[in-house]
Amino acid sequence: MKKAYIRKGDPWTRFKNQAKDILCNPFNLMTLIAFIILIAFVVVPLISIAKESLVLDATAARRAKTEEGSWGIYYWQYLLTGKMAKTMFWTPLLHSLTVAFFACLVAVPLGAILAWLMVRSDIPGKQVLSFLIIMAYMMPSWCKAQAWLSIFRNMVGGMPGILYWMGWDVPDWIAYGPFAMVCVLAMHYYAFTYIMLAGSLSTINSELEEMALIQGASKKTIVMKITLPLVMPAFLSAAIMTFSKAIGGYSVASYLGTRVQYHTLATRLHDQIASGMPGVGYAIAILMILLSSGCIFANNKLVGTRKSYSTINGKGGRSVDLQLGKWRVPIFILVCLFLLIALVFPILSLVIESLQVSPLRGLEPDNFTLFNWIGKEENSYALINYEPGLLRNSKFLSGMGNTVKLGVLGAIISSFMGQVFGYISVRGRGKWYGHAIDQLVFIPYLIPAVAFSAVYIAMFITPKLGGLIPALYGTFALILLISTVKYFPYASKSGSATMMQISAELEEAASINGAGFFRRFAKIVFPLAKNGFMSGFILTFISIAKEFDLISLVANERNLTLSYLTFSYTSLNCYQLAATSSVVMIVLISVCYLIAKKVFGADIARGWS
Amino acid sequence: MSKIVLEHIDKYYGENRVLKDINLTIEDGDFMTLLGPSGCGKTTTLRVISGLEKPQNGTMTIDGRTIIDAANAFYEDPSKRDLNLVFQSYALWPHMTVYQNISFGLKIKKLSAAEIDRRVMDSLRTMRIDQYKDRYPNELSGGQQQRVAIARAIASSPKLLLLDEPLSNLDARLRIDMRVELKRLHRETGTTIIYVTHDQVEAMTMSTKVALFRAGEIAQVATPLELYTNPIDMETADFVGSPRINLVDGTALYDGTTLKVKSPLGGFSFDKDSLKLAEKMPEGTEFPVALGIRPEVIQIATRRPAGDRWIEAEVYASQPAGSETIVTLEAQGTQFLALQVDLRSYEMNQKVWVSIDPQRVNVFNRETQRLIRYAEENRREEADA
Repeated sequence: MKKAYIRKGDPWTRFKNQAKDILCNPFNLMTLIAFIILIAFVVVPLISIAKESLVLDATAARRAKTEEGSWGIYYWQYLLTGKMAKTMFWTPLLHSLTVAFFACLVAVPLGAILAWLMVRSDIPGKQVLSFLIIMAYMMPSWCKAQAWLSIFRNMVGGMPGILYWMGWDVPDWIAYGPFAMVCVLAMHYYAFTYIMLAGSLSTINSELEEMALIQGASKKTIVMKITLPLVMPAFLSAAIMTFSKAIGGYSVASYLGTRVQYHTLATRLHDQIASGMPGVGYAIAILMILLSSGCIFANNKLVGTRKSYSTINGKGGRSVDLQLGKWRVPIFILVCLFLLIALVFPILSLVIESLQVSPLRGLEPDNFTLFNWIGKEENSYALINYEPGLLRNSKFLSGMGNTVKLGVLGAIISSFMGQVFGYISVRGRGKWYGHAIDQLVFIPYLIPAVAFSAVYIAMFITPKLGGLIPALYGTFALILLISTVKYFPYASKSGSATMMQISAELEEAASINGAGFFRRFAKIVFPLAKNGFMSGFILTFISIAKEFDLISLVANERNLTLSYLTFSYTSLNCYQLAATSSVVMIVLISVCYLIAKKVFGADIARGWS
Repeated sequence: MSKIVLEHIDKYYGENRVLKDINLTIEDGDFMTLLGPSGCGKTTTLRVISGLEKPQNGTMTIDGRTIIDAANAFYEDPSKRDLNLVFQSYALWPHMTVYQNISFGLKIKKLSAAEIDRRVMDSLRTMRIDQYKDRYPNELSGGQQQRVAIARAIASSPKLLLLDEPLSNLDARLRIDMRVELKRLHRETGTTIIYVTHDQVEAMTMSTKVALFRAGEIAQVATPLELYTNPIDMETADFVGSPRINLVDGTALYDGTTLKVKSPLGGFSFDKDSLKLAEKMPEGTEFPVALGIRPEVIQIATRRPAGDRWIEAEVYASQPAGSETIVTLEAQGTQFLALQVDLRSYEMNQKVWVSIDPQRVNVFNRETQRLIRYAEENRREEADA
């Protein structure tokens, strides 16, 4: 192919016209700003954390017998080869891998079976069931851990749970540690496989299977030779992503693991940064990022381009090919049983606990009270908590306020930016800047939430650029920033999906009619993107509001959120208040999700797992 | 007045050169069709003219005003070119009513409310869709959406109207209706129109001029009749016309005054003044040629008529289609098509006699594939049919 030959006129005129072209096009300015934001808040923090893991603080410098602020690999040695390496890194790594592996082993097949039943079988009450299956996932994992505690706690928890009251002294290995973690994680992450597989199954063109049927294939052959290979990539993806999520998760480990000294990478990272050697914490964070990137890399390598098997087209009805026959009712009951375990029991146990005077006295009639909700402080001595009911509790009210404020602001900023990134990425398809934006936006997705907050702490613990950027550590601004940037990938994915619907020709038609960039954005793009924007907004709001992993390191008594408050009540053994606060969280999320789904047609299956 | 001149336009996508040195002049009031198969650069040319694409090389002027000067990186803004475009997909804004769709551009021009209303209603009436003004695009049929798209484009009274395959999404019947509509629109408004299509029937029936595109280049610019009668090369000849032209192999000898051709369909002798002397043609030696014979030029007689220009042929197959009959014939091992007006019936393998008017035959040089002998334009012959 011959290289493009370009005739050039007067260089100055040419330059002037080119410059005018670039500067007068707001799209370029927007792209530039997008790049600056992504570099400042994604790339620079990553560089910072790498640097912070190599620059020694006073303690480390003294132990390494060098000067404070000098470069060295002390933290890394300490973590990987030192005397403490086993306790600090290798055992937690093993724990993380074990828990993640077994959680996968339960969650992935469970999600797959549910997806198959919901999409392909004639199970009764499909619509309600599939709604509830997603609903169970909307409940944050720390609420589930909290619920686990409220049922299985023994005396190690200071205040035992409902089973103890019923007369079963639950052994430690059930109440806390790996078994409990695997159970709770599986009850949460099944949704991953469910969402991905249900999506994949429902986009398989039924004509593909009908063709096989015409060729004379049996039902079994069709499933084995056509359907399974087609959903295999989604299945594999789901398994890898579940594993990656489970390795990086902090909240469940902190609720259920630390009490019996069962540490994972996430809890070690947290403890090191909160109260140990931050440098070591940063090093763990980097390793966690590598681990999670490795999973995603493996996913791309193994599944890669084959992922896009989905062959949606208008023709061909969805066949219900799995006739359950006499198993219809038993299987229906099994699914209900699952929902009972994943959704009803947790909520019920939390509601009960939120109404108890003391968990010790379980379901005794006089043990029920509304004190945890509306009790006055002056009466609190009579009860165990020494705190007023939550609705009169200033800490709770401020936590609630912060959660809403954080969710709303974070969701506004990140869905707005998501639309902008999506717009650049869709309009820049095939161009370098579209590609670069895609890549940069994706980075926060690679980073486990707790490591992500570590990255930001490394960046903002001291003022940067000679005080131009103040030390944000401990401020609401930092919590907001982390929440916003962490959700860039999701928001931008939903932004792209929305923008993809708006054909470039609609804009070109407006531009020929004389509409400038801003008018096009305001009159054409935005009105058409509105619904996508709103559902993206609410889903982001829910996700940010329920975050605990992300904020556990950066929230504090002055800037607390519901999730942080709940955890601190649990640490103080104020279980009834923790349960009350969890119930509030669940109600908040359910209401928001209902609004998103009913009013704006939000679909969690579109990239929100 | 609007005369559009494109000179030396090159457009690259990366290293892929999709437009190669396009030179095209469109006179005021022309209905210029850019015709060609998909991927030949016709839509890209349209987008260059509209300003949605920036060519790397070349210039474009409208009435002498520079619109594109690629050497100096000057590209006039699309909205300042005084043109409008109808997209293949119509690109109607789904969240606006028909009325809002059409008034959008006028509002940007800051016309008075009364003027906007007058223009919107005018163009709606021109396209005969005024009763749908408060509907949303998705409440309209494909044909109605098409009309809205055209109404939107003409509301601003552009000097130049660009249409990108506007009829390709319509069914066959609507397409014929819209062809009439567009032709009438052109006549009534006097607007210069540039029309992109891959459908040669559209090109032939509507345009005043056709620019035939092939692989990023313009192969021929001519009136539809000229394009049909004297296609510049064999590929063009093959592309234009339905049913297809017969390209019959033969040999020719040019002695400086006449071109004598021998072929399975008989011998012909052509005068020097009907030859295209600028084309390469060996003198004094025989060389291979292809005769270009349009199916309607071939006459068929079922009984042997008098005269020596009749040759014997056999019916291979016959396709009566009501208003016309396409007959596939075979003579001396060569198959060719003949088009007969009205319904005729022939038996398979029936013996017939055919005659060809030499004045209406093209000759192409096999080696260069290019036209070397002009045919005369159709003057209905009164032969003994």
